[in-house]
Amino acid sequence: MNLHTENLSVGYGKKVVVDQVELTLQPGQIVTLIGPNGAGKSTILKTITRQLDPVKGVVYLGKKQLSTWQEKEIAKELSVVMTHPVSPELMTCREVVSMGRYPYTGRMGNLTAQDNEQVEKALALVHGEDTADCWFHELSDGQKQRAMLARAICQQTEIMVLDEPTSYLDMRFKLDILKVIRILAVEEKKAILMSLHELDLAQKISDLIICVDGNKISDIGTPEEIFTGNRIQKLYKIDEGCFDPETGAMFLSKEEKSPEVFVIGGGGAALPLYRKLSRKQIPFVAGILSENDVEYRVAKAGAQQVVAAKAFFPLGQEKLEEAKALLDSCKWCVGKVRDFGPGNMENQALLAYAKEKNKLISEEELWQR
Amino acid sequence: MKRYVGILSLALILLAGAVIFSICLGSVGMSPGEVFRILAAGGGKSTHAKILWEIRLPRVLAAVILGGGLSVSGFLLQTFFQNPIAGPYVLGISSGAKLFVAMTMIFLLDRGMMITSAGMVASAFVGSLMAMGFVLILSFRVKKMSMLVVCGILIGYICSAITDFFVTFAEDSNIVNLHNWSKGTFSGMGWEQVGMMSICILFCVAAAFFLSKPMAALQMGEAYALSLGVSVKRLRVALILLSSLLSATVTAFAGPISFVGIAVPHLMKLSMKTAKPLVLIPGSFVGGALLTLICDDIARSLFAPTELSISSVTAVFLVPVVMVMMIRRRRTE
Repeated sequence: MNLHTENLSVGYGKKVVVDQVELTLQPGQIVTLIGPNGAGKSTILKTITRQLDPVKGVVYLGKKQLSTWQEKEIAKELSVVMTHPVSPELMTCREVVSMGRYPYTGRMGNLTAQDNEQVEKALALVHGEDTADCWFHELSDGQKQRAMLARAICQQTEIMVLDEPTSYLDMRFKLDILKVIRILAVEEKKAILMSLHELDLAQKISDLIICVDGNKISDIGTPEEIFTGNRIQKLYKIDEGCFDPETGAMFLSKEEKSPEVFVIGGGGAALPLYRKLSRKQIPFVAGILSENDVEYRVAKAGAQQVVAAKAFFPLGQEKLEEAKALLDSCKWCVGKVRDFGPGNMENQALLAYAKEKNKLISEEELWQR
Repeated sequence: MKRYVGILSLALILLAGAVIFSICLGSVGMSPGEVFRILAAGGGKSTHAKILWEIRLPRVLAAVILGGGLSVSGFLLQTFFQNPIAGPYVLGISSGAKLFVAMTMIFLLDRGMMITSAGMVASAFVGSLMAMGFVLILSFRVKKMSMLVVCGILIGYICSAITDFFVTFAEDSNIVNLHNWSKGTFSGMGWEQVGMMSICILFCVAAAFFLSKPMAALQMGEAYALSLGVSVKRLRVALILLSSLLSATVTAFAGPISFVGIAVPHLMKLSMKTAKPLVLIPGSFVGGALLTLICDDIARSLFAPTELSISSVTAVFLVPVVMVMMIRRRRTE
């Protein structure tokens, strides 16, 4: 069963939130919506799960329009997990999970042996057996969300829609839940549509990423296509330096100021110093680094300027001169290089130059001033 | 054995005991043996048989049926609003029913007619639907539990004010009945009324029982219920109609009775340790019947021959339950 939309506009009542939503779900594929708060990700998902009527256009489930399906039949094809776990009173975790069998049970909702087997299987898949007999309202958010996922799993649908399923969870549960989602897509060939705020995870788990930007879908593509250049920064309207599309790492923006400290680094030894300087908002420059140095991204994000040589090239005389000029404009210089070798001879020269200019101090001295 | 089977059986046994006890209780003393003899004979010509058959038995049955219906009505409203404090009295639905019954009574008495029990139920139903409509409109705007209760109380006040207005300008002789009725009492029930209320209440409770499955899904919230295949809109309409009809029937026959609708479903949930409608609908019915019957016994025997209004007894016993419930909820919210 696949799901696709045609000419769909979603919103509340007559008010359009996102126009021209064209998406297609295929079995075995994870499609992730990303975009800033209030961009309309949830509105799209709510329309697909029938909590909202489309303002315009059509959602197709299989070959038929979604609105012409019977409620009970849709429930066998499409299951839902929402951001906020509900808090029904006096239900055990297992009872909540077994609600997923609703479309399959009889008039009074009694579970058959087969239903119970599915419930246990779903609980095992999310590793939720240990909390199965606890009161649902006493569980942590992570345990609750895990149970809600198990509930959706034992609903045995080919399509699953998840609205920010990991937003309130700690790292472990985020990873757990996404791991299960990955298994569902790869092994059980389910079609998964979800929204995520964790870009680094979206990048790793998705087959297709849809960027929702205010009133439109601004981009659709594989993670490799979306996480390049400054597409993400533009989507979230942040400074280019605040996000590293290749690793998904975020950085706090820095103020443009004239640098006070020159850090001579390389090989990872100066990483803690960069972070500490950024934290204390002391403007600094870093150099001379090769672009493939482990320090390069962090230095680039935190420093006013980085003197850097192209990857796999020697640092070079030219860069040394550039660094010296910059060093002249700084008050202090801190050397954070453990070893010198043929690859960073220029840094040794730079260190000597700093000493000569009487600017070289140790890190402890720097904090004292 | 499941805990709720035990609790339900216990409640049924207690109810049976309470029925026997209530029939024996009164200014004319009867022993259980005598009661059984008269019941087995299907009546009789003696004074005792007449008292039992024409006064006590209808009254006891009315308390059982109406008390049960009232607490099922409360349970349906709580499921509908997803709010444990909802109940026909608190939400002003009983007051709406009372207003319409009072208006109809006065209107008919002015023309020298008596109101029939079917007429009472019909006008109470219209009144409770009107009040329910108001609550619904307000509940779309205010989501908070405390605000919903305040809205209900306000609706109750408006209805009482209008009722007072009509009563003030009605003939004195006409309002004696109305006054007795509006305090809430089970006295003066006859077989005709018991038959009528049984049909209404048992139909509604049975219908509610068959909605157990979608109601259980609705306890997970509207969005999840929808995703499980419940037609939420239709279920909501059904819940509104059933709970209004239940509280209308109760109010039509016994006047407004306070707090049974909130407190009993809550007590049953706590003792049965489950919120499953499949179990709680029968549970609430039996529990409501038992508690109402006991409260009625107290109302008529505590200061005999003077009778208290049933609401003053239910309020004394059940308001503390409601208070504890609200405090506990505040803590977990």
